[in-house]
Amino acid sequence: MIMKTVNTVGIVGYGAYIPMNRLRASEVNRVWGGSGTPIEEKSVTAMDEDAVTIAVECARYAVKRGKIAPKDIGAVYVGTESKPYAVKPCGTIVAESIGATPNVMAADYEFACKAGTEAFQTCIGLVSSGMVRYAMAIGADTAQGRPADALEYTAACGGAAYIFGRKPDRTIADLEGSYSFVTDTPDFWRRGREMYPRHGSRFTGEPAYFHHVISAAKGLMEELGTEPGDFTYAVFHQPNTKFPIKAARTIGFGMDAIKPGLVVPFVGNTYAGSTLLGLAATLDVASPGDRILAVSYGSGAGSDAFSFIVQDEIANNPRLDPPVSVFINRKRYIDYSLYSKLRGKFIK
Amino acid sequence: MSVPRYWRETRYRYRLIGEMCTECGAIFFPRRAVCLKCGSVELEEYKLKEIGTVATWTTIRNPPEGYEKYAPYIVALVELDDGVMVLTQVVDIEPEEMKTGMRVEAAFRKVKEDGSSGIIEYGFKFRPIIE
Amino acid sequence: MRRVAIAGIGFTKIREHWSKSLKDLFAEAALKAFEDAGTDEVDALYVSNMGAASLQGQLHLGAMMADTIGKRGIAALRVEAASASGGAAFREGVKAVASGYSDCVLVGGVEKMSDGIPAEVSATLAMSEDQEYTSYTGVTKIGLNALIHRHYMERFGVKAEDIAMFAVRSHENAVGSPHAQYPFKVSIDRVMASPMEADPIHTLECAGVGDGSAAVLLRPADEAKDDIIVAATSLATGAYYLSDRSDILTFEAVRQAATQAFKSADVSHSEIDVLEVHDDTTITGVISLEDLGFVEKGMGAEYVSRGDTTRGGETPTNTFGGLKARGNPVGATGLYQICEVALQLRQEAGPCQVEDANVGLAQSLGGLGSTCAVTILRRG
Repeated sequence: MIMKTVNTVGIVGYGAYIPMNRLRASEVNRVWGGSGTPIEEKSVTAMDEDAVTIAVECARYAVKRGKIAPKDIGAVYVGTESKPYAVKPCGTIVAESIGATPNVMAADYEFACKAGTEAFQTCIGLVSSGMVRYAMAIGADTAQGRPADALEYTAACGGAAYIFGRKPDRTIADLEGSYSFVTDTPDFWRRGREMYPRHGSRFTGEPAYFHHVISAAKGLMEELGTEPGDFTYAVFHQPNTKFPIKAARTIGFGMDAIKPGLVVPFVGNTYAGSTLLGLAATLDVASPGDRILAVSYGSGAGSDAFSFIVQDEIANNPRLDPPVSVFINRKRYIDYSLYSKLRGKFIK
Repeated sequence: MSVPRYWRETRYRYRLIGEMCTECGAIFFPRRAVCLKCGSVELEEYKLKEIGTVATWTTIRNPPEGYEKYAPYIVALVELDDGVMVLTQVVDIEPEEMKTGMRVEAAFRKVKEDGSSGIIEYGFKFRPIIE
Repeated sequence: MRRVAIAGIGFTKIREHWSKSLKDLFAEAALKAFEDAGTDEVDALYVSNMGAASLQGQLHLGAMMADTIGKRGIAALRVEAASASGGAAFREGVKAVASGYSDCVLVGGVEKMSDGIPAEVSATLAMSEDQEYTSYTGVTKIGLNALIHRHYMERFGVKAEDIAMFAVRSHENAVGSPHAQYPFKVSIDRVMASPMEADPIHTLECAGVGDGSAAVLLRPADEAKDDIIVAATSLATGAYYLSDRSDILTFEAVRQAATQAFKSADVSHSEIDVLEVHDDTTITGVISLEDLGFVEKGMGAEYVSRGDTTRGGETPTNTFGGLKARGNPVGATGLYQICEVALQLRQEAGPCQVEDANVGLAQSLGGLGSTCAVTILRRG
C-alpha cells in the first residue's frame, strides 16, 4: 500500500559527506590474489572518523543548505549499522553538535543498508502530522568487510542527511508517495559483539536485493499510476556497480536515469548512506519539475521506495554546501597497510 | 577519563562556542570569567567563525597517552576570521602539504577514546576547506 | 626584611636512577646540603616537584620528605608551578627566611621521570597546560614549543641550524660537569640529522628527561660567614594560553620577572657573569635570552650561534649544560640552576668554571612561558 502524507512534505535541505581516503579494488586484489573489481575504489574513514562524525558532517551541511534554525528541528534520526556505541544514541551527539537540543527527538535506526530511508519515513510522518516543524533523517555508515571477503572491496564509509519540512515552508523536492516491501530474508547479518558481518553470497542477489528492490519500485509506480518513463532519474541501493544497473534495466530505466546518482564505483557501498548519497548526487543535478525515484535495500530484508518531485526552490536556493561530486573527487589513495591501520585492524 | 568533565564542555567543543565581552566586544576562546581587555565580568556566549588561517603548525610524532593511534597528527594555531586564535588539530592533510597561511575550516572528529569500553570524546578539528 | 644567604647546597647526578625512589633521591640531595652547610638545623621545608602525582601517584610530599630526612615536626609542603617549580619553591623559602617566619629553610626539588613510559611522561609534562582546551588537542609540551619555533623561523628569517646551535653550546658546556646527564659534545650535523620530535624541533634539540634532586639550605645572611647572598627572587605569570597572546614569540612572564629581579637586585645585565636559562627545547632557550633582556628580540639565535653564550663569551649561559645536557628533572631543575650558579660564585665549578663569577642569574620557566621565576645570586 502506498504511503501518502496528509500535508505536502518535502526536502528542505540535504548534505553529504564522504571521508577522503580511497582503497582501490586492485589493492585488495594485490593483497588477496583476487581479480574481480565490483567497484573501482571505496572510501575509508580517517583514524578519527566514525559513523557519528560522518553523520554530524552531513547534518551540518544539511542545515546550511536548508538555511533553517537548528532549534526548529524537532527530530534527529540516524540510520546506521556501524554505531560506535552499542548502547548510546548517535542521534543525541548529532543533535547537540548542530544545536538542535534539547527540545528534539533523537534515536538511531538499524535495518542494515536501509536504516536511512526508515528514518526518512519516520521524519516524513512527523512533519506531515504537524508534530514537528522540521525533522532530520541521516544515513551514515563505516561499513565492515572481513579481510579477503567479497565485502572488503565495497564496504565503505560515508553518508547523507535530509531535513524534511512541510509546505508552505520552502521545499526543494516534494514527496509524492512512499512504498515499503519487507520480508524475513536473512541474506546478510552481523551478530552482537561480532566485528564483521556474514552473508549468503549469491543468496544476497535474486531472492534478496532484486526481489525487494524491484517489488518496492514496481509497487510504488503502480500505486502512483506511473511508469519508468515518467521519472527523470532513479536511484537504487548500490552494494556494487552491477546490482543497481541490473535492477534499473529490469524495471525499465536506462543508464541516463541512474547515472547521476550512481556513486558506488568511486565511493563504494556506504550502506545506510548509499541510497541517500545517490539521491543527493541526483538532486545536485536535478531541475524543477523532475521526478525522482529512490529505492533503498536493507538486508534482512526490505526496500523503501520514494517518489520526489523537484521544486523551483532547487534553482532559487544558492547552495552553501559542497555537492557530492566534490566529495567524490576529494581523495587520497591509501594502501592496504594504511587501510588496516585506519580500520582498526592493528589497534582498535 | 572523567565523563562529567567531557560532558560539561561538549556543546562548546562540538560547536566552537566562546565568549564575547558585553562591555567591550572582545572575543575569547575558551570561555573565561573576566574580560582580558576591559576587566568586565559580563560575558556572553559567542559562536565562533568556523573558518580561519593557519598561523603556525607542527606534527606530533610522539603523542601523549591516549593519542597514540592517531600519530602522526598535525596541531596548529589557527586565526579564525573573527580574530580569535584556536589551538586545533588539522586533519585530511599530510604534513608535507601544510603551509602557514593556508585556509582551513572546522570539522567534527573523534578526539580520543577511553579504551574499547569507555566513552568516545568528540570535538572540533580543522581541515583544508572543502568547496 | 632580612637578607638571605645560601648556607649549603646538595644535588644528585642526573640520570635514570632505576634503583632509587623519590625519597632516596630527595634524601641524597638534602643530606648533602646539610653536610655542605655544616648543620642540619632546619625549621621549614619546601619540596618542589611537578610529576609525582601523575607518575608515582604520590602527593603530600612535604610530610613525606620531612619524615624521610628525619625532620618530623617541621613545617613542610610541596610547591608546584610546572617546570618552574624549583625556582618558585626557592622564592617561597627566601620569603620565609626574609620575613622572619623561619630561620633555617630547606628547599629541595625532586623528580623521577623514569617511572613512566614515554607516553605517560609526555602526558605528565602536558599537564602544565589546560587539559580541556590545550592538551585536549593532543599537543605535547614539545609540540607547543614547535609552534613558536616555526613561527620564529618564519618571522625573523632565522635558519633552523642557528636555533639548533643552542643545543650544541649546551653540550659543549656539559663536558666535565660531574652531575650532567649528557656530558659530551654533539655536533650541529648530528642535531640536525636527529629525528623530528615535533616539526621543526629535532629530538636532539629537546632536553632529555631525567631523575634527580637538588636542595639548598637558606638562612639569614651573616656578612662575615656567608659567601652566597640571594640578591633577588621574582615570580611572574603571563598568558596561560598560547592562543591568546598578543605575540606568541614573547614570554611576558619572563620580561616581568626579569625586570623585577634586576630592579630589586640593583644590577645590570652586563654585571651578570653567569646565566642559567630554561632550555627545555632550543627555542625556549633562545626566547628566554631575549625576554630576559640579554639580546634583542629576533637576535637570540644569532647571539648563541656566534658564541656570545659560551663560557668565554659575553654572557656565559648554561655553564653545566643547561636542561639540554645537564638534564631536566623537571620539578628539581630550577634548584639545579641555583646550585650551579652557587658553585660558579664559590669558584667551585671545576672545568665548568667561569672566571671571576660574582653575580649569577637563574631563570626557571613553567608551561609555555606562563610562569617564570628569576633568581639573582651574588658573592658575599
